[in-house]
Amino acid sequence: MWDQEIKGMASAHVILAGTILMATVMPTILLQNFSVYQTHLVWLYSVAGLVAAVNIALFWLLGVGPAAKRNSLGHKVSRLIRCCLYFCLSCLFFHVVVLLYGAPLLQSVLETFSLAVLLSTFTTLRCLCLLGPNIQAWIRVFSRDGAMSVWDTSLQITTACSIMGAWLGAFPIPLDWDRPWQVWPIPCTLGATLGFLSGLVIAPAWIHWHRQHLTYKTK
Amino acid sequence: MKVRSSVFASLCLILEICGIALFLRGFFPAPVKSSFTLKSKLSDQPAEPGPADAGNSSKVPPALFNRVVVLLIDALREDFVYGAKGRRFMPYTRSLIERGSSLSFVAKARPPTVTMPRIKALTTGSIPGFIDVVMNLNSAALLEDNLIWQAREAGKRLAFFGDDTWLRLFPKHFKLFDGTTSFFVSDYTEVDNNVTRHLDAVLKWHDWDILILHYLGLDHIGHLSGPHSSLVGPKLIEMDDVLKKIHTSLISEETEGILPNLLVLCGDHGMSETGSHGGSSEPEVNTPLVLLSSAFGRKAGLEKPEPVEQVDLVPTLALGLGLPIPQNNVGRLLQSAFQGTPLRQQLRYLHLNAVQLSLLLKDSSPHFHKEEGHELFRVAQKSHANWVKLYLEGNASEVLLNVGKKVLKQYLDALKAMNAALSRQLGKYDMYSMVLGMVLILQVLLLLLLAMPEALSGAAEVELLLGPSLLSLPFFLLCLLAVAVHVLVCTSVGALCFPCNLHWGVAIVLFTAASAGLCLLLGLAARRLAPTGRPATKSAGDSGRFSELDVLLLAGSVGHTLSLAASSFIEEEHQTWYFLLNTLCLVVFQDVCRKYFREKRPPADDGALLAPHDKPAHSSSSNRKWLALTTPLITLTSCRLLRSLNQTGVQWAHLPDLGHWLTSSEHKGALSLLAAGSLLLVFILVQRRCSLVSKIALVLGLLGVYSYRAAVGNVLFPWQQDGRDLSKGVLEARFVYVFVLGILFTGAKDLLRSQVAVADGGLRSRGLWEVYAGLVLLAALVSRPHNLPVLSGCLLIQVAMTRFIWRDLQYDTAQVTIMHYWFGQAFFYFQGNSNNIGTVDISAGFIGLETYVEAPAFLLTAFSTYTGPLLWTFHLAWYLTSRQDSRAVPSLGHGCFCLALLRSMPAAAYIIMVTALRYHLFIWSVFSPKLLYESAHTLVITVVCLFFTAMDQKPTMRL
Ligand SMILES: [Zn+2]
Ligand SMILES: [Zn+2]
Repeated sequence: MWDQEIKGMASAHVILAGTILMATVMPTILLQNFSVYQTHLVWLYSVAGLVAAVNIALFWLLGVGPAAKRNSLGHKVSRLIRCCLYFCLSCLFFHVVVLLYGAPLLQSVLETFSLAVLLSTFTTLRCLCLLGPNIQAWIRVFSRDGAMSVWDTSLQITTACSIMGAWLGAFPIPLDWDRPWQVWPIPCTLGATLGFLSGLVIAPAWIHWHRQHLTYKTK
Repeated sequence: MKVRSSVFASLCLILEICGIALFLRGFFPAPVKSSFTLKSKLSDQPAEPGPADAGNSSKVPPALFNRVVVLLIDALREDFVYGAKGRRFMPYTRSLIERGSSLSFVAKARPPTVTMPRIKALTTGSIPGFIDVVMNLNSAALLEDNLIWQAREAGKRLAFFGDDTWLRLFPKHFKLFDGTTSFFVSDYTEVDNNVTRHLDAVLKWHDWDILILHYLGLDHIGHLSGPHSSLVGPKLIEMDDVLKKIHTSLISEETEGILPNLLVLCGDHGMSETGSHGGSSEPEVNTPLVLLSSAFGRKAGLEKPEPVEQVDLVPTLALGLGLPIPQNNVGRLLQSAFQGTPLRQQLRYLHLNAVQLSLLLKDSSPHFHKEEGHELFRVAQKSHANWVKLYLEGNASEVLLNVGKKVLKQYLDALKAMNAALSRQLGKYDMYSMVLGMVLILQVLLLLLLAMPEALSGAAEVELLLGPSLLSLPFFLLCLLAVAVHVLVCTSVGALCFPCNLHWGVAIVLFTAASAGLCLLLGLAARRLAPTGRPATKSAGDSGRFSELDVLLLAGSVGHTLSLAASSFIEEEHQTWYFLLNTLCLVVFQDVCRKYFREKRPPADDGALLAPHDKPAHSSSSNRKWLALTTPLITLTSCRLLRSLNQTGVQWAHLPDLGHWLTSSEHKGALSLLAAGSLLLVFILVQRRCSLVSKIALVLGLLGVYSYRAAVGNVLFPWQQDGRDLSKGVLEARFVYVFVLGILFTGAKDLLRSQVAVADGGLRSRGLWEVYAGLVLLAALVSRPHNLPVLSGCLLIQVAMTRFIWRDLQYDTAQVTIMHYWFGQAFFYFQGNSNNIGTVDISAGFIGLETYVEAPAFLLTAFSTYTGPLLWTFHLAWYLTSRQDSRAVPSLGHGCFCLALLRSMPAAAYIIMVTALRYHLFIWSVFSPKLLYESAHTLVITVVCLFFTAMDQKPTMRL
């Protein structure tokens, strides 16, 4: 049971990592003049879109998501609407946070917002898939010792890694190297993506190493 | 011997200041200066080489020019003359350069590109050291050998109009003069009219030989609105007219029989794309240098101006006027200016310049024999002698010309090599002083680190084994070793190092102190290492309890220290602090959320302890909860607004910011409203804890601040008569000073009473608040009007954080201290400071003073620069004292110790990095100014720590 769950998660993570790779490689074949730096937004949306799609599909298929108590259609629709609302709110939240960090207020709004969308895809979307639009569950997972399953721990780790990646990604911006990738928001989006990728790798490894100490409370 | 941790920290900081001073002395090389005390004389110039009996005089060749006018335009950039702007706005000058009899060069100014060192360079020919920038404020008379002195000695009559720095540098040198102060940087017409109004009369009179005009307007325009401002064009046209007027007048009075006149157009430094100067970027360094005289041949068209050094003008002018070259000159004469003279004379000029340079080289370097330039000079001199012999023998002109050309070339090569050797001298560091300073600084850092567990313990005392370590054998051995090394070093390098020139008594005290520190360090280290078992397990337990906040504070402090190794991170250090501060606020926000939302969790295993606390008075507590939740958000928002007030740094400095918008004259109304609102907010936030007397003083003081700003013309004053002209606002500023002193005095009185009366703990915190209020009032006076929101924002954040965050979340002293330090750093940059010397607001030093008085001007400038860190540290003192009343923890000592550690860590690391990077390309433009800022900051923190130590007096006289 235990190993099976880790294995399931690891394979899901491998698929997600593959998706990011695909999203980077595919447009080069399909589109002309595509490069990660020059047409950065295209790359960004292809990554965000594919990761979102794969995430939703994966959790749908695996059925890891929250067990719905009522299965009526209306309930499902309201859940869906709430999920969309939460996602938009999270985009706005990240946008505001990035602005507070000093992103230009009016210039390159689209770029800043795209970064917020990417971050939301890496963090909020996964939360929505795994926990549903349930704030209480979110607070539980993200408070200390709140993880109750392997998936919760994985969620904690990937979210933290994505945000840390974006945070660390901001550091090369002031360097005077004049490289094409130092343009706002490329270092942050790349950082977030790399952080997310490393989170995908770290999470199964960390759980594997600490499996003796992990005592999840049964639901 | 046990000492309190505050005393220990202060002692450490004082030792660190000594170390830094020693390091700075070694790092900033004294400028290349000969040890000659006398100045060059006409009578003892070297004779022309050649056969002894021939009529080769030792006289300087006769002057080439009759009268000289130097038109110095401050911050005249190279492209203002040679570029597109020059074509549009300086048509007359351009036509002269292109077709007239003129020589044009691009003169490279050495950094620091600040006016005073540049004037020194243009008159002495030496390259002033970096440290001269610091002395820029205090321009005492120039005692070095210089052109102006030489000209006066030779009986030339000098006239000067323009920047009064010249009058301070050369008192009593000018026969005619009128100085203008660059007091109001916002004035760019009056300063120049003050110069031009004399021009017509002076040009008609004939009682001067050298006229110097220094126009400041262009520089002021640059500072106000940058090189692309619409004001630059008209100013250049005005300058072109001035040049035209002088040139036509000089040409018209030239007649047969007397020598031609010379007009020199030059700039002291350029201006960067943002309009400031001081650094070493191309536009700041490149200035035009145009020599106009009928002595030069007419030209066919515009050629690309040749790059030369700014100091090259000095030997050229000296020889052109028949004066000896100033002794410390490192410049080479501009050969093309002498092209019209006979070859013998040309060689003679080069010879004089070469002899002067070789003497300087001999004096400044003990190994001058090995220098290539010296050898080249000897060869050139020898062939020169041969040539003179040939010449006197009346040899065939063709051969003579060819040999002469060869000698000329040899001389030019020799000059070039000697100039290079002398320039290299500038980059020499006194490694011995630097290493000694570093040893001291590292010792201090290690002492602080090793003493940390003891100093931050409940007792807040550090046990120093002073007695045992001073009587121990290692101490004496170390002393002996140090003295031996000292003697060895000093005998091997000669008296070039600063410590070797110290009095031996001072040196022995220094070495004893260093050895004692080392012994103490060893003692502490031994004690730390000895009981290995217990502390190790304890620290392991501690690290398990690290919260996110601890991780951030630690990683941020260490990361910031490491970031100083990259020049870009130094230039953009404000970004680092803003970034860290933002993250800090978010982490605090998370902590607040955790505190207030934890109880909703059904299991609440560890939240159970807190739950009963929150139950009573539910309505007020929920109110409090929301206020606490909004506090970090308000902090974040206000930090975001404040950072858009002043755009600093280098990369994004050109972006428009609110500060520029507010200071432009169209938005005076908005600025007035903002200033008034900020002052009101300051009053509301500060008066809460003040006594009635201080409250009244505060109101009057803040009104005085506003009326001072109105008097200076920064803000509008209601019911102000229109016709009133601007004054310096001396009266208003002094009015404010009275109240500042009054409030500080009441605060000091309370503090003194609290030292005597043991029981009243509240008295001390009240006194500290009053002192703090006094400083706030002073800060309101000295900060520029558009920076007043920084002050009110600072107070707002402090009040909100104190009420809802620091107390409620029970952060310990170390955490609160680090947060205060970070906020202080961020506010340093919010004020518009940067790691560039150029952003220091010197005008603060003149507030309330009629003339420049050194001590108050220096103190005021330092205070206005470090307002942010000072206000935050004083707030920390108040906060820790007011909290100390309720708890029995010696917070002040802990806070003081943390401050010392926080400051020593980057200072020590930075000094090591600077030593490692001392041959970096940006060492003078980026790393050196930062080194000065680090030193100044350490000094400020030392003063604050001494204050903390004084406040930390324990009420021991409990009889
Ligand atoms: Zn200047
Ligand atoms: Zn200037």
